[in-house]
Amino acid sequence: MIKVEHLNHIYGQGTAFEQYALKDVNFTIEDGEFIGLIGHTGSGKSTLIQHLNGLLKASSGAIYYNGENIDQEGFDKKALRSRVGLVFQYPEHQLFEIDVFTDVCFGPKNLGLSREEVEARAKEALHQVGMDESFYKQSPFELSGGQKRRVAIAGVLAMKPEVLILDEPTAGLDPKGRDEILDEISLLHQKKKMTIILVSHSMEDMARYASRLLVMNHGKLAFDGTPREVFLHYRELEKMGLAAPQITYIVHELRENGVDLDAGLTTVDEAGKAILKLWNCRQHI
Amino acid sequence: MLREITLGQYYPVDSVIHRLDPRTKLFGTLVFILSLFFANNLWGYLLATIVLAAVIRMTRVPFSFMVKGLKAILFLLLISVSFNLFLTRGEVLVQFWIFKISREGLTMAGFMAVRLIYLVLGSTIMTLTTTPNALTDGLEKSLGALNKVGVPVHEISMMMSIALRFIPILVEETDKIMKAQMARGADFESGNLMQKAKAMIPLLVPLFISAFRRATDLAMAMEARCYRGGRGRTKMKPLHYEARDRVAYLLLLFYFAGVIGLRFLP
Repeated sequence: MIKVEHLNHIYGQGTAFEQYALKDVNFTIEDGEFIGLIGHTGSGKSTLIQHLNGLLKASSGAIYYNGENIDQEGFDKKALRSRVGLVFQYPEHQLFEIDVFTDVCFGPKNLGLSREEVEARAKEALHQVGMDESFYKQSPFELSGGQKRRVAIAGVLAMKPEVLILDEPTAGLDPKGRDEILDEISLLHQKKKMTIILVSHSMEDMARYASRLLVMNHGKLAFDGTPREVFLHYRELEKMGLAAPQITYIVHELRENGVDLDAGLTTVDEAGKAILKLWNCRQHI
Repeated sequence: MLREITLGQYYPVDSVIHRLDPRTKLFGTLVFILSLFFANNLWGYLLATIVLAAVIRMTRVPFSFMVKGLKAILFLLLISVSFNLFLTRGEVLVQFWIFKISREGLTMAGFMAVRLIYLVLGSTIMTLTTTPNALTDGLEKSLGALNKVGVPVHEISMMMSIALRFIPILVEETDKIMKAQMARGADFESGNLMQKAKAMIPLLVPLFISAFRRATDLAMAMEARCYRGGRGRTKMKPLHYEARDRVAYLLLLFYFAGVIGLRFLP
């Protein structure tokens, strides 16, 4: 469980570059949730997630991981980082080893595990992201964008985190690569009961995968609720430079034209079923 | 943590120093650095201190911000001070085991420390108050005469401006890479020197790769905009001196004359 209380963060405090990045952010994330974090560029999403594994220190406020304050004297931040895994947006920032397998071993090796354990974990992590043994001896720099991203995710997964935070894991990928990565993440959530925090700009993906959405706007938490609830505020979301899934717009237009649909439909599947149901009812009359 | 490197970073406030012509500032910095090596007694350094303090005040950049740039040279400072301190021969003041501290060594070490600190502060003032673009323009124009003897002034200044421009970018990149590796349990702080050096590998490899990628991307972007060197290139904002630059040159002259004059004091 992660609890964030009155979190504030100011960059470059006391200089001409002073900038408020987070203003009084409060929320609690329970174990096993799939959180979608959205917000326009510069809204504080990246700053927020870097607080959750202790990479940034709050200017004021507190973060509790399983009830323990992470900024407390003597709290083991290195252990926290293995339990709250953070995958950054650019895999280029973390890949450095001569081959894929050694690179994935880097994380568990830092935890001080035995060689067998490290290799077993690396194999499992690479398997989880769908990279088979033919890739093990390849240089991480020769991989495609999607493959690099998988290796980067595996590098964090190999530490067996309880919470996995991903910063735009699908940016710059083609639709197929995007769906594959999201499906693998979703599988981790369902099978391993991992808590997932996903940062993304795709509202469709959010509606499809997330069970709860956190919306950041100018460093503040603007909305916190299920995708259904949040996307009902699509007009406010637009003012924040965001949007609702396309299907929400279609549903709203249909409603304005007198079609009796549920306003909270957020995925194409749901909307499709609802429309079919209405259609069938009409045919029977 | 790495944002603290202030060398080569522009600090955006409006001050007299900011508005000076970059050539004035370049020349001023040069004269200041020279004066540090001309000064040979306490009086000379006193004058340099007063002038430096006055200029720092005029820039309206917080002093604490400037001092952060000194952290980068702390190691160098320690080495040169201890070399001067222990290896200068003269009248021995303190002696223990094989180390001797002489009166001359003490003075030398003191002057060396002051010189190095002022040197960095002086050049930091220049980079904090001048945008990299203005700095290059200034350099190019000041060295324009060398063009005639076949020195590719424009190319050199372009390279310098690119280098300066990339310092903050690479610093930020380093910060990001550090965080990405720390998220995987990397430890950059603890351990002995050997372990620390080894811990740098996961940082340096991605950094070098990204630097090379950025360099090729930049070359491509410059060529796409038909960049082909300095020949026939005109400026959108040509440099010209204002009244304040003349005043600055005059003050600079007084200062330098003062430092030279003070050499002859006991």
